[in-house]
Amino acid sequence: MSEGLYARLEQQAPIPLAAELRCAPGELAALVGPSGSGKSTILRCIAGLYRPRAGEVRCNGALWFDGRVDLRPQLRRVGLVFQSYALFPHLSALGNVMLAAGHVPPAQREAKGRALLELVNLAGLEGRRPAELSGGQQQRVALARALARDPEALLLDEPFAAVDRVTRRKLQRELALLRERVRIPIVLVTHDLDEARVLADSMTILHHGKTLQRGAPAEVLARPCSAEVARLLDLGNLFEAVVREHLPESNRTLLEWGGITLEAKHAPGYSPGERVSWVVAPEYVILHRRDRPSLGERENPVQGVVQECVSMGETTSVAIRVGGQLSLTMNIATHHARRNRLAAGEAATVTLLAEGIHIMQRDDAPRARAARA
Amino acid sequence: MDWTALRLSLELAACTAVLLVPVGLLIARELAWRNIAGRAWLEALVALPLVLPPTVLGYYLLSAFGGGSWLGQAYQSIVGHPLAFSFNGLLLASMVFNLPFAVQPMQRAFEAIPQEVRDAAWVSGLSRWSAFRRVELPLAWPGIVSSLVLTVAHTVGEFGVVLMMGGNIPGETRTLSIAIYDRVQAFDEKAAATMSAMLLVFSLLAIGVVYALSDRRRSA
Repeated sequence: MSEGLYARLEQQAPIPLAAELRCAPGELAALVGPSGSGKSTILRCIAGLYRPRAGEVRCNGALWFDGRVDLRPQLRRVGLVFQSYALFPHLSALGNVMLAAGHVPPAQREAKGRALLELVNLAGLEGRRPAELSGGQQQRVALARALARDPEALLLDEPFAAVDRVTRRKLQRELALLRERVRIPIVLVTHDLDEARVLADSMTILHHGKTLQRGAPAEVLARPCSAEVARLLDLGNLFEAVVREHLPESNRTLLEWGGITLEAKHAPGYSPGERVSWVVAPEYVILHRRDRPSLGERENPVQGVVQECVSMGETTSVAIRVGGQLSLTMNIATHHARRNRLAAGEAATVTLLAEGIHIMQRDDAPRARAARA
Repeated sequence: MDWTALRLSLELAACTAVLLVPVGLLIARELAWRNIAGRAWLEALVALPLVLPPTVLGYYLLSAFGGGSWLGQAYQSIVGHPLAFSFNGLLLASMVFNLPFAVQPMQRAFEAIPQEVRDAAWVSGLSRWSAFRRVELPLAWPGIVSSLVLTVAHTVGEFGVVLMMGGNIPGETRTLSIAIYDRVQAFDEKAAATMSAMLLVFSLLAIGVVYALSDRRRSA
């Protein structure tokens, strides 16, 4: 793309990287992965603070990095909010912001600094040093300083990790509002899936420096492309099965799962006989009522024994043992659990809605079928 | 009270500080931030004057600058008198034995600046020189002042190396510390007492400043 941010980074050592990232102007792209997956390194590569062995970084058509070109961070107009904010301790909030506005004529720098601090709701605190500001306020100064460069892209490295929940909600809301005013690509690094789901237009999953899947958060969460991604997204109910056959007329694929035949959402990319992984979200697991026996054919009836019932307020999380080893997790309203007298050791039958059974690549399957949503 | 000796001590201290601190700053910066192979050994080399007996230091310096060395002979042929047993020879020796006092406080100060703060300066558009002048230097300032004060105090207080390299020549290499020794040998208690008290107060003030600075940094 000629507009927006594009980065492709490749390296074997010392930090493995096999990542690709895109972000259009006005888009907020979340980069999600566990600690140590290389998220911060990717941001540093984009900012010019780390030079990968190979790859390409472009912003709005300008080449910032490829094997031969490597622009210094000073020449890349990028705003970076560090995880620890990295404010200049010897300068006031206004001083911090003004220092980054070197490209603005000296006479206008102060006015610009004040305007930015007002934009991030810090009017009145311009004279305070970082040590005199709270975590949330420091984060805002860091954001104002990043914006002072009139950047072509904004990079945020886990900006809300170190603040309390109330402040985090406030800052997230402010970021969402800021997006509307500042139409540049924004890359948000986070390990918090909820944050990505709430703020981001697209989500890229990263693990060991490798981008695994990219798509709208809801899309990625509903249709992970592999068992690895499903595990990273902390999706329960992850199992393996064998594809039996496809039934395109009814938009279904049949799976052989531990002696049980399941009807899953149609997945033509996998051949009969192939071992696959599949996942079903807890909301697609429906409990059969005990006082009313199963009427006729229900979708994918599965019989099992309740392993444990954990009541978390209004919702109870139920784990059901199926076939001796496998464990299905489902959520049920606590009053339903009580009405059905659900307790450990009780027999239970559930329905797995075919719509919710999503088939994916197994972990050690060849990467040829890497699905990009 | 030997005013000439006092003046000599102060001159030596001032010249050493002015020449050594900028050099020490560059060394300190490289040791703090550059990942040099064998850095520990370089640091050990810099710290050597702290642990070597002054006589060992004096011996090696004499070997390097004395009448028999090529440096000493080259100097003599250009300037006309020997490098050893002259003020300039003392100055050179002083720069060597003060190296750890100049480098270490500044190195600690630079190391205390988080790499992310330097990164932030660069990403904010500051050139490396601007970042050094406007971010790193102000933050390392207490360390630089400590280096300055320690170098001055240590030079004024140095005895062994000054004696070996300087030779106790009045008006040329008889610094205050040597003068005290000289007076004690001559049983001139009064003079020795006056000069000793002066050095004591001076050293206490110098160390006090250094600790006050590090205290301020700790509470900041």
